Amino acid sequence: MIDAPLLSINDLSVSYAIGNERARAVDGLSLTLGAGQRLGIVGESGSGKSTLALALMRLHKPPAMIDSGQILLGGTDILRLDQGALRKFRWSEVALIPQGAMNALNPVIKVREQMADTIRAHRRDMSARDINKRIDELLVRVGLSTSVAGLYPHELSGGMKQRVCIALAIVLEPKLIIADEPTSALDVVVQRVVIETLKDVQAQIGAAMIMIGHDMGLMAQSVDHLAVMYAGRLVDQAPIREFFRRPLHPYSQLLISSLPSPDETRPLAGIPGMQPSLLDLPAGCAFHPRCPLVQPICREVMPPLETVEPHRRVACHVVAEAYNVRA
Amino acid sequence: MSWSYVLRRIAMFFAVVLCAVTVNFIVPRLAPGDPTAAVLEQLLSRGQQVEGAADIVAAYRARFGLDDPMIVQYLRYVGNTLTLDLGTSISYFPQSVTSQILTALPWTIGLLAISTVIAFGLGSVVGALLAWPGSPHFVRSFAPFLMVLSAIPYYLLALIVLYVLAIWPGWFPLGGAYSGSAPSFSLNGLLDLLYHGFLPGLSIVLAGVGFWALGMRGAMIGVLGEDYLTLAEGKGLSPRRIFFGYAMRNALLPQVTSLAIALGTAASGSVLVEVAFNYPGIGYLLFNALKSSDYFLIQGVAFFLVLTVALSVLVLDLIYPLLDPRIRRQ
Amino acid sequence: MRAFLTNTIGGTLRPLANPRMSVGVGILLALVLLGLVGPMFVDVRLSEPISVRTNQPPSWAHPLGTDSGGRELIAVMIAGTPQTLKMGILAGFIGVLIGTFLGLISGYFGGWTDRIISAVTDTMLTIPPLAILLVVAAAVRAVNVESMALIIASLSWMYAARVVRAQTLSLREQSYVQMARLSGMGHMRILLAEIFPNMVPIAFASLVGATSGAILSGMGLEVLGLGPQNVPTLGMTIYWALLYAAFSRGMWWWWTPPVLILVLLFLALFLISSALDDFANPRLRSSR
Repeated sequence: MIDAPLLSINDLSVSYAIGNERARAVDGLSLTLGAGQRLGIVGESGSGKSTLALALMRLHKPPAMIDSGQILLGGTDILRLDQGALRKFRWSEVALIPQGAMNALNPVIKVREQMADTIRAHRRDMSARDINKRIDELLVRVGLSTSVAGLYPHELSGGMKQRVCIALAIVLEPKLIIADEPTSALDVVVQRVVIETLKDVQAQIGAAMIMIGHDMGLMAQSVDHLAVMYAGRLVDQAPIREFFRRPLHPYSQLLISSLPSPDETRPLAGIPGMQPSLLDLPAGCAFHPRCPLVQPICREVMPPLETVEPHRRVACHVVAEAYNVRA
Repeated sequence: MSWSYVLRRIAMFFAVVLCAVTVNFIVPRLAPGDPTAAVLEQLLSRGQQVEGAADIVAAYRARFGLDDPMIVQYLRYVGNTLTLDLGTSISYFPQSVTSQILTALPWTIGLLAISTVIAFGLGSVVGALLAWPGSPHFVRSFAPFLMVLSAIPYYLLALIVLYVLAIWPGWFPLGGAYSGSAPSFSLNGLLDLLYHGFLPGLSIVLAGVGFWALGMRGAMIGVLGEDYLTLAEGKGLSPRRIFFGYAMRNALLPQVTSLAIALGTAASGSVLVEVAFNYPGIGYLLFNALKSSDYFLIQGVAFFLVLTVALSVLVLDLIYPLLDPRIRRQ
Repeated sequence: MRAFLTNTIGGTLRPLANPRMSVGVGILLALVLLGLVGPMFVDVRLSEPISVRTNQPPSWAHPLGTDSGGRELIAVMIAGTPQTLKMGILAGFIGVLIGTFLGLISGYFGGWTDRIISAVTDTMLTIPPLAILLVVAAAVRAVNVESMALIIASLSWMYAARVVRAQTLSLREQSYVQMARLSGMGHMRILLAEIFPNMVPIAFASLVGATSGAILSGMGLEVLGLGPQNVPTLGMTIYWALLYAAFSRGMWWWWTPPVLILVLLFLALFLISSALDDFANPRLRSSR
C-alpha cells in the first residue's frame, strides 16, 4: 500500500476456547491501511470478520483471546497497552460503529448524555457548554435535528439511531473508524443514505475506515479496497474496481457471480456447500471442498497469501500458478 | 407517564383489594356449618367465661346480617371493609379489629420495609459484582453461600438466627421489640429498638439477599452481553461509569419488576419471622388470634397484609416509569 | 459464531452431569428413604401424643428425645417427612396442571382470553399467599394433608401459567404450528398434539419450583398451628416447640430435627430447580 501505513496488523491470531479445543476465528492475518483509506472486509458469518473488528479495539470477550500478532496504529502497539492507556486510546484513536446499532445505545440514558459521557471521559478540560455545542454540531452534521439529543434511543427510528452512532463515532475525531455491518438492520433506502452520511463524515475528519459486511453491493459503493475472509484467513485483497472487474480467488469469483445482476436474466447462483466448522477445518486450503477449481495440492498444502499484482494479494494455489509467482 | 398506565395500575390495586375482601366474605360461608354456631362452639369449647359473651354473639349476628339476601350482605361487607370497619375482636373484646391492627401494623411495616430495602440494595450490588468481570476474585466465593441462603425460607432462617445469636450466646434478646412495657422516645429508646429489631431484621435480610443477588446476577449477565455495553467499553469510559451507568442501571429494571412480585412472599415471610421473635407486629397479633380462634382478627390481619402489599406494589408501579423511559412515554 | 458456540456447549451438557442436580437429587432421595426405610427400625406409632415419657433428651431409647406432648421425635420425623413431601408434590402437581392449562389457552388464543388470564395471574402473584391461605385454613380448620394440598395448589399455579404462556406465544408462531392451523386442524388438537408435548420439560421444571413453594406455604400454615391435626408434620412440630417454649427451655432436640430436615428439603429443591434453569437458559451458565 503506501509507505507509512496508519494501521498495520501483523500475523494476528484470535481464537475461542471451546471445551478443551481452540477454534481459530482469525488466523495469521496481516494487512495495512493508509490514513483516510476505506477498506471493506467481507465474508460469511463465522469467517472471523466481526471477531477481527472487536479485536482491533481489544473489545473481544472471553472465551475469545488474542493468541499472537501485533496491531500497530499510528505507531502505538495496541496489544501492549495497559488498561489505563487502552481506555484513553479507545475512541480517541479508533471508534466503533457496532453491529446491529439498534441495541448499541443505552436504553435508559438520553442521547446527549451518551455522547457527553464519551467526551468527558477523554477531554476532562472541556466545559459543559462546549460539550453541548459540539454534540449539537455533530448531530446536524449527520443530518439530524439537535432536538434528537433530548430523546431516548427507543424514541428514534433505526436510521436515526444509526446516525446517532455515526455522530458518536466522530465525536473525538478518531484516526480510524470500524463499522461492523453498520446498516444490516436498516431497509435498503435508508441503508444508502446512511452509508453516504458515513462516507461524508469520514472524509471530513480524514479518518480511515474499516467496514465489515457481507453486502457486496454496499461495499462497491463505499470502500476503496476489499478484503475477503474465509474460515479465519484473509484469502483475497484487491482495489474495489479490480476486484469486481476481475476477481481472482475462486471464492471471490463465486461471491460476485452470486450477486443479482440487473442486465442478466440468469438464475441466481449460490455458493455450493457450507463453510467448514472452525474446530474441524479441512487439510490444505479451507475452501477446497467447495472450490470448482480444486487441485490435488489444495487438499494438502495451505496456500499462503501472495502478492500477485500491485495492491492485490491472493491465497490460492491455482491463482499463484497462473501468475507464476512460485519459485 | 401516560394516564392509562396510571389508571390501569390503580385499577389493579382495587382489583387486588376487592379480591381479598371477596375471599374474606365467601370463605366462612362456604365452610361447613353456620358461622355463628361455629364461633359459639369455639367459645364454648374453650370453656372460658368470656366477658360479655352475649355482646359478642350479637356483634356476630349483626355483622353477618344472616337474614338479608346474599348480595346485600356482600355489598355491606365490602362497604364495611373499605371503611376499615372489620368488626370486633374476640380476644381483645371490646376493641375493634382495626384498632388492634393499627397498633401492630407500624412495627411490621417498619421491620419489613427497612429490611427489604437493605436486602434488595445489598443483594443487587453483590449480584452485580458477581457477574462483573472486573470484580475481585473473593466476591465470586460468595456465590455458593448466597445460593444456600436464597434457598432457606425466612422462618427457618429466623429460628436459626434466634438460636445461634440469641439463645446460645445470649447476645441478643429472645424476642419483643423493646425493653419494659412501652418504647421510650429517647436515644436509648432508639438504640433499644435497634437492639431488639436487629435479629428479626437480620433474618429477613439474610433470607432475601441471596434471592436478589442471584436475580441481579442473571439480569447483569444478560445486560453484559448487550451491544451498548461493548460500545460503552469501546468509548473508553471508566469502569465505574460502565458498571453503574450502563450495566447496573439496566439490570436493575427487571429487579424492580420482580420486587413487586416478591413483596407478597416477603410480607408472608416476615409475618412468620415476627412469630419466631415475638415481635409485636401483625404476625404476632395473628399468632395470638389463631390461638384464640379470633376469626375477625384473622381476617383483618389477612386483609391488611394484602392491603399493605398492594399499596407498595402500586407505589413501585408508579415509580417504575421514572426508571425505565420506555414505559414512560408509551 | 455465537450460535455455533452455544449449540456446541449446550449439546455436551446434560442435566444430571450438573453437580447441583446430583446433590439435590441425592438429598431428596435420602429424605424419601428416611420415610420408606425408617418405619422398619422405628415404631412410628410413637409419633402420636402421650405415647412416651415427656421432655426426654436424646438417649439410646429415644435417639432424638421426646417432646412435651409425649411424642417420640425420631418417630415424628420419620412419619412427618413423607407427609410434607406428599403434600408438597401433590399441591405442586395440581398447581402446575392448572397453570399449564391456563398458560396454554392464554398464550394460544391471545386477545381478551389472554388479557383476562394474564391480569388475574399478575394480580395473584402480588397477593401474599399466606393471607389467603390463612383465611381459608382458619375457616376450614380440620384439614388433612390432601385438603391442605388442594388449598395450597389454588395459589401455586401462577408461575407455571406465566412460563407456559410465554413459551406458547413463541411456539404459536412456529411454522409447523402455522401449518397445522392452515391445514384446518382444530384448536384442541393443535394444542394437545403440537404444542402441549413441547411444554412437558417446562412444566416439569416449574413443578420443582411449585413443590418448593407449596411446602413453603404449607410450613407457613403449620407453624401458625393451621396444619393437619391428625398426622404429624414437620411444621406442626415446630409450632408445638414454639408454643411450649422449647427454645428458652433448652430443648434443642425438639426443634432442630424438623428445622434441619426442612432446610435440607428446600436446599435440595432449590439445587434441582437451579440446575434445570441452567439447562433451559445457557446464557447464565457461562458465569458459573
